[in-house]
Amino acid sequence: MRRGFLRAGAVVSLWSLPGTAHAHLVTTGLGPVYDGISHLFLTFEDLLPVIAMALLAGLNGPPAARRVLFALPLAWLAAGVAGHWSGMAMLPAGFTALSLLALGILTAADRRLAPSLVAAVAVLLGLVHGWLNGAGIAAAGRETSGLVGIAGAIFLLVSLIAALVVSLRRPWNRIAVRVAGSWIAAIGLLQLGWTLSGRG
Amino acid sequence: MKPVAERHALAVLFAGLGLMMASPAWAHAQKGQAAGFLTGLLHPVSGLDHVLAMVAVGLWGAQLGAPAIWMLPVTFPMVMAFGGFLGLIGVRLPGVEIGIAASAILLGAMVAREARPPVWLAATLVACFAVFHGHAHGSELPAGQSGLLYSVGFVIATGCLHAAGITVGLIHRWNWGRIALRIAGLAVSGAGIFFMWRALT
Repeated sequence: MRRGFLRAGAVVSLWSLPGTAHAHLVTTGLGPVYDGISHLFLTFEDLLPVIAMALLAGLNGPPAARRVLFALPLAWLAAGVAGHWSGMAMLPAGFTALSLLALGILTAADRRLAPSLVAAVAVLLGLVHGWLNGAGIAAAGRETSGLVGIAGAIFLLVSLIAALVVSLRRPWNRIAVRVAGSWIAAIGLLQLGWTLSGRG
Repeated sequence: MKPVAERHALAVLFAGLGLMMASPAWAHAQKGQAAGFLTGLLHPVSGLDHVLAMVAVGLWGAQLGAPAIWMLPVTFPMVMAFGGFLGLIGVRLPGVEIGIAASAILLGAMVAREARPPVWLAATLVACFAVFHGHAHGSELPAGQSGLLYSVGFVIATGCLHAAGITVGLIHRWNWGRIALRIAGLAVSGAGIFFMWRALT
């Protein structure tokens, strides 16, 4: 009987321990960061170029992958802040199709590039997409901290994909990455067509 | 009173039926996004002409071996997208349906004959046909759907058809498999003749 009371007391004590859930993150202020994270994974215009960049970085070996790992999110974040501050998109949104096309072709071709050149491509990609993201966030009246979420998600995605590609040793694994690059280039070309035709 | 096992079986059956009847939630999906992807994914597999040509590319690649086994599937989506691009910007391509039918006839014939041209020639042939397929199918987006997501689905489905062809084509290593592939090539060619007849009448 006494043991039963003790158990019931323990359960009630445990129930009283949990803190507030902050389910919608309004009180923590982290909502926009999570918005940024989910933005990347739900926006194919941004997600696909990041995947393509990570594949290209991985194909070019660890030195290139290490540079891209930091260059891409930092450039994205810096350009995002600048774009948010300026509030102007400057480039049409369809311009992102060109980055898909270029990165897809580079990945499919699998030509060995200098690490600094791969990093420069990553910086360019980050500047264009980051600026557009920043301007978009400003236009929507959201907080800049969303860019932190986007940059963090990019860092994570690049680290996982590039590390996976670097670790591939069998020749057909590398071919699979090149095929993925050709698919990305094809999607970029079609996206360019949709943009120019004013549809989609 | 029914036995416990029977009641459990009935409960599982009804639960399964209930799950099958559930419709997609589309929770928070942006308007037209998911639909665009699904339309693009289903489009290539909804037309037999497209399916047969894609699978034939894979079969032929498997017969030719490296480097064609991967060069053809890399070439096809990119050139197909170029065909789609031409269609989207309004460039007219005469005889698209005839080109698609011819692709099934010729690619099937290549598989049936186990033809071994130089890789550049095989890639060029495949690329020429890819333009027709892209032009005909790459731009058929229903209004209100996402063009990008349609393209993603379309390219993935086409790539998967190539992969299916390559996987089936791996039976080429056995004698019976070689014969089976040649018969499959004949069948693709035969279907291509039917498509050609339909395109011309």
